[in-house]
Amino acid sequence: MPNTQKLLIQGGRVIDPSSNFDQDADILVENGVIAAIDKPGSFANTPGIAEILNAKGAWVMPGFIDIHVHLREPGFEYKETIETGTKAAVAGGFTSIACMANTQPVNDNAAVTSFIRERARQYGACRVYPIGAVTRGLKGTELAEIGGMVEEGVRALSDDGLPVMNSYVMRKAMDYAKAFAIPIISHAEDASLVGQGVMNESALSTELGLRGNPAAAEEIMVARDIALCRLTRCPVHFAHISTALAIDHIKRAKEAGLPITAEASPHHLTLTEENIRGYDTRFKVCPPLRSHEDMLAVRKALADGTLDLIASDHAPHGVIDKFVEFDQASNGLIGLQTTIPLTLFLVKEGQLSLSRWIESLTSKPAKLLGLPLGTLKKGAPADITIIDPERKWIFTEERIVSKSRNSPYVGHSLQGEVVATVVEGKIRFKSEDSGRHSPNPRKHS
Amino acid sequence: MEPGLRHLLSAGDLSTAQIQSLLQIARAFSKPINDGESIPILQGKTIVNLFFENSTRTRISFEVATRKLQGNVLNFAASTSSLTKGETLVDTAKNIEAMRPHCLVVRHSSAGSPNFLAKCLSLPVVNAGDGFHEHPTQGLLDAFTIQEKLGEIKGKRVVILGDIAHSRVARSNIHILKKLGASVAVCAPPTLLPPKPEVLGVDYAYRPEELLPDADVVMALRIQMERQEQRQFPSLSEYAKFWGLNKERAKLLKPHAIILHPGPINRGVELDAEIADGPRSVILDQVFNGVLVRMAVLAAVCAPEALSAWLKTANTATVNKGGAHA
Repeated sequence: MPNTQKLLIQGGRVIDPSSNFDQDADILVENGVIAAIDKPGSFANTPGIAEILNAKGAWVMPGFIDIHVHLREPGFEYKETIETGTKAAVAGGFTSIACMANTQPVNDNAAVTSFIRERARQYGACRVYPIGAVTRGLKGTELAEIGGMVEEGVRALSDDGLPVMNSYVMRKAMDYAKAFAIPIISHAEDASLVGQGVMNESALSTELGLRGNPAAAEEIMVARDIALCRLTRCPVHFAHISTALAIDHIKRAKEAGLPITAEASPHHLTLTEENIRGYDTRFKVCPPLRSHEDMLAVRKALADGTLDLIASDHAPHGVIDKFVEFDQASNGLIGLQTTIPLTLFLVKEGQLSLSRWIESLTSKPAKLLGLPLGTLKKGAPADITIIDPERKWIFTEERIVSKSRNSPYVGHSLQGEVVATVVEGKIRFKSEDSGRHSPNPRKHS
Repeated sequence: MEPGLRHLLSAGDLSTAQIQSLLQIARAFSKPINDGESIPILQGKTIVNLFFENSTRTRISFEVATRKLQGNVLNFAASTSSLTKGETLVDTAKNIEAMRPHCLVVRHSSAGSPNFLAKCLSLPVVNAGDGFHEHPTQGLLDAFTIQEKLGEIKGKRVVILGDIAHSRVARSNIHILKKLGASVAVCAPPTLLPPKPEVLGVDYAYRPEELLPDADVVMALRIQMERQEQRQFPSLSEYAKFWGLNKERAKLLKPHAIILHPGPINRGVELDAEIADGPRSVILDQVFNGVLVRMAVLAAVCAPEALSAWLKTANTATVNKGGAHA
């Protein structure tokens, strides 16, 4: 619903890699779109401004997009709902998210897609783009009703944590998906090689007596899906790449001109398997945390663009799923509220350029999903993320907006905090720091 | 000697001094227990054996150890998967803790479960085997047995033969034997070795013939039948043929070399009957020593003061009798 009232974002540094824009500027938002961007103070006398966002000292960027989120509704509302998940998204600076299909029922048909879209319209704090299943019930045998789901708004297909093991089925899915021009997202793991593995296969898994999941499991599946991409020319996107070996394959496939993209998760960029020592299940994720060398390879590949974008793999789980034996604990961690500070860290360390960082969270994911977002060009939807890159804050349990608490970063001091999140011209989140509140009277729901 | 111990979660956590101390305590228990006596160190203490995985001998060994120290035992056998029961591991353990026992002895098929419980509870936890991770009291009793039979562990060559990849016994033994100065080698078909065996910090070979001639101790491990279904090797008979300890292979051993096995034995697979029952076998000594070592651990964890007091009087008694006692 467009907002007819004018919003002024003033005093910030506006950075938009999609239009090579990086300077101090004010943004005027009208009717839910970017009406104008001009030098500071330009809109001081513009009539009809209902609200002013003070962005002094802050970065004003296109709205961030997270293409890998588990919203858990329908079916697992005790972990997360569309309402709580999207609230966590805007609190974490995201204006759009794509949600995975492993709900119950699975999002493998138009009715479920439509339900998710409808709930998001009613209760969502940000834009929600459902990802449809590749196969019925994520079982890997029969194709899901892809066309019907696309009609209802599905923007990509994935069986995520249950990789399509049958190469024939995956080939057919890729061929069929071309008719609807949407990418297939591959959670690349050879399930038979993973077996019952619960952590990276390594010296540490031997020491801890935990079953290993070898890097080769990811490498094999990446290689297979690249081969199928070459065969079908269907765009393939690799989720949360965790190994140096897989990165080599992706690099070569891209050099060969194949329609391949890939993502890095904040945890694979910042954590290693060493955290598993002590059997802390908060660090149990899939694919597993890898070696230090792998982590550095993921960082480097994100910096040089081999890995195109950043996605959180926000995976909420209840206490009953996580506060159990390591073998039995569910995979995943919540990431929507920590992705910005964790990855901004790489910018501060000089390991990632500022423009790569922003595009990996804005224009790159927008392009993958075919969305007219991720840009601050005049006339674009006014999805805007404003952060204070310097401000330090502590990620306490009280600050968790998600319904679940499974984050290894709880209690950590993080740098870079969301000041405000604007979705389609509406302020959907605003930091509680009163110093930033505009003195102007404001009105919004 | 510093007999106190908060938990016993893994042999990897034990210092050399702690290992030596526990072995020394076990040795002090040897004569009275062999004579059928009991020792009042755990009077008024309740030890709970919380076993989430089937085990007869380890549980009985802990039970006997507790009773020999005049403590009370409570056995709690739970199903392997706590989730199928509708109660989590922590809930089960907290319920037991609420009954105010003094120690939990835990066996579980998932590695790290005792570490997890130790973090959640205020009770001392003794690991009686967790997944493929550790079985520290087995490592201690094996070291004790080697010491008893060969006098000293330092400089001895110990060959562990069998399913190393899935063995908590091998891991605990490697930690303890290395700390006590032994040189350790492992041997198995490559499918039953960890992906990079050198990370264990030991020598390794795929074929027993390469290692047996230098061995002072051979420890054969039990082969689990389900490994064949998991395609770790083609058949039990092929395993027996190439890795089983039979008469022919035993001929490669030095005259004084001894053979250990944590039990239960698959006769005809990892050990031939004539080897298991032969003069080199110390398998039943291991079982007896297991009681002593577990007594030492339980006493050190639950009643360090009573243990110290008892050790003092035992030493005095030995000195008075003029006996040489370690």
